[in-house]
Amino acid sequence: MTNLILFPILIPLFTGIILIFFHKRIHLQRGISLLSIFSSLYVTFIMIHTIKEEGIQTVNLGNWEAPFGITIVSDMLSALLVLTTNIVALCCVFFSFRGLDKEREESYYYPIVQFLLVGVTGAFSTGDIFNLFVFFEVMLMSSYVLLVIGNSKIQLRETVKYIIVNVVASGLFVITVAYLYSVVGTLNMAHISERISELNQPGILTVIAVLFLIVFGLKGAIFPLFFWLPGSYYAAPIPILALFGALLTKVGVYSITRTYSLFFYEDTYAFTLLAILSLITIVLGVIGALAYNDLKKIIIYNIITAIGVILFAVSVFNETSLNGAIFYLLHDMIVKGALFLLIGIMIYLTGTSNLNSMSGLMKRYPFLAWIFFIAVISLAGIPPLSGFVGKLLIIQGGFLDKNYLGSFIVVMSSLLVLLSGIKIFVKGFWGDESPNLTEEKRKINIQLLPCILLITLSVLIGLGSEVMYSYISIAAETLLHPENYIHAVLKE
Amino acid sequence: MKINNLVLQTVTKIIVFLIFLYSVDLFFAGHYTPGGGFVGGLMTSGAIVLLLLAYDLKTVRKIFPVNFIYVTALGLFISFSTGMIGIFADKPFLTHFFHKHVHLPIIGETSLHTAALFDLGVFLVVVGVTMTIIQTIGEDD
Repeated sequence: MTNLILFPILIPLFTGIILIFFHKRIHLQRGISLLSIFSSLYVTFIMIHTIKEEGIQTVNLGNWEAPFGITIVSDMLSALLVLTTNIVALCCVFFSFRGLDKEREESYYYPIVQFLLVGVTGAFSTGDIFNLFVFFEVMLMSSYVLLVIGNSKIQLRETVKYIIVNVVASGLFVITVAYLYSVVGTLNMAHISERISELNQPGILTVIAVLFLIVFGLKGAIFPLFFWLPGSYYAAPIPILALFGALLTKVGVYSITRTYSLFFYEDTYAFTLLAILSLITIVLGVIGALAYNDLKKIIIYNIITAIGVILFAVSVFNETSLNGAIFYLLHDMIVKGALFLLIGIMIYLTGTSNLNSMSGLMKRYPFLAWIFFIAVISLAGIPPLSGFVGKLLIIQGGFLDKNYLGSFIVVMSSLLVLLSGIKIFVKGFWGDESPNLTEEKRKINIQLLPCILLITLSVLIGLGSEVMYSYISIAAETLLHPENYIHAVLKE
Repeated sequence: MKINNLVLQTVTKIIVFLIFLYSVDLFFAGHYTPGGGFVGGLMTSGAIVLLLLAYDLKTVRKIFPVNFIYVTALGLFISFSTGMIGIFADKPFLTHFFHKHVHLPIIGETSLHTAALFDLGVFLVVVGVTMTIIQTIGEDD
């Protein structure tokens, strides 16, 4: 079927539209949301299978031939990211049944989540640079609403910051696309790539590459453009925070990966700049994660570290490191989702996110404690779990490229990330029970369910890395050989 | 002291219809001349805003007893369904279809195109969003 790869975008779009009509009937909203995400998941599985069998899939919207219309392109990287997006969204939506108050649920929460999914999956699978901008805006506008929904004071303050930063970034995005269009005269990504390779890298293209790095860096929070992220994410309620932490910054990372591998693969200057910035991002993320004694802040700074690690792997740009980057990207979306939901449960139980005023959760909630422990060691990259393979490949790729300093920083960052995670575990779960724990044991089974799903997946990815590798190597293959992508789109 | 709005209200009664007709004209003109769903929608909301200025929120709500958020959703739904026609015809999403030389009773020979349905969706979304914004801000004290 020709339109198969569109369905992960169309299903949430249709659901979002339908859900607007009865936003007060929460149970119906919940049911339809879950149903929609399940059907997206089902389609994505078929999609991944098709791509593995038959190669990159494309659809020319409106039946216009490739460089003239909008092309939706789904290669293995996009399909895997869409799959992970839907899994994380499923867990976050399920968590919000208990983790979000009724008032927020009634204010169009579920439709907006669906529109956020439209934006994210659309950004992952578009083959047109301006269409990428449009899907970015769909995603960002939904995220503005999700961030401000509920009208608490801190949310209002942080949303203003978040909107200002993103409006500036979007303006810059349009300007960058305008520059690129004036140089190459096309917007189709495959066609741009072809034209750029004919131009022999004039200086203006390096400028455009750096501008793209600034634009996507602002969305994806790399040094020195991550300043907005800790404050803004801190304001969001937990299920929304988990959605943001797992999905939004990763779209920026994906866009950098896509544009740099497709357009600017000959540009050594831009790649060196990317390497330097990503290494500083790792260091600063780790410093932040160690500095704070607040659950949310620690995990938020771990997002920044992970982005640095993935982008370092992209900047090395050999087969091993790209495999590692994709592996780590998928792992990180799942584990960050799980960690945010888990600290959400901890905050629900203790009523505070300050690490110094909680302790002894282990006695009453041993299951929560061990799930959290597995999540932390998976985040740090201990061998049987999912974080290990990605980081191993990244470090190996760094050494192959003789980038010893970078690889060393990535190794050291693992240690410090582990330290920051274990700090939560030791302070929060060990010791005597703190007074702010309520008398009777609270039921947390329903909230734990999505966390268990995500952690199980993380363990399975780690154990079945052989199987995963067969898919991920296909994804890295397209990144390394842009001519495959161009051929699939332009059909020459 | 109560201000008498007789002149404003009488003029509005006539002008609103003119503006609305012009916006419909703009809407249908979109394929061959400047215009289309977006401008048409904006101008229709312009007509309703004029009513809001001459009368008040309650009266206008009585004239248009609809929730404009649903108008937006309906517009989205129409545009989405127009795209789906392509899928059901086993062509890519958003493929449009048209008939040239159709004879309609009063209008005479014309050509029908599904892009007009898509535009109708845009029209409704623009009206819905504009009116929701204005009404929400207007009600806010």
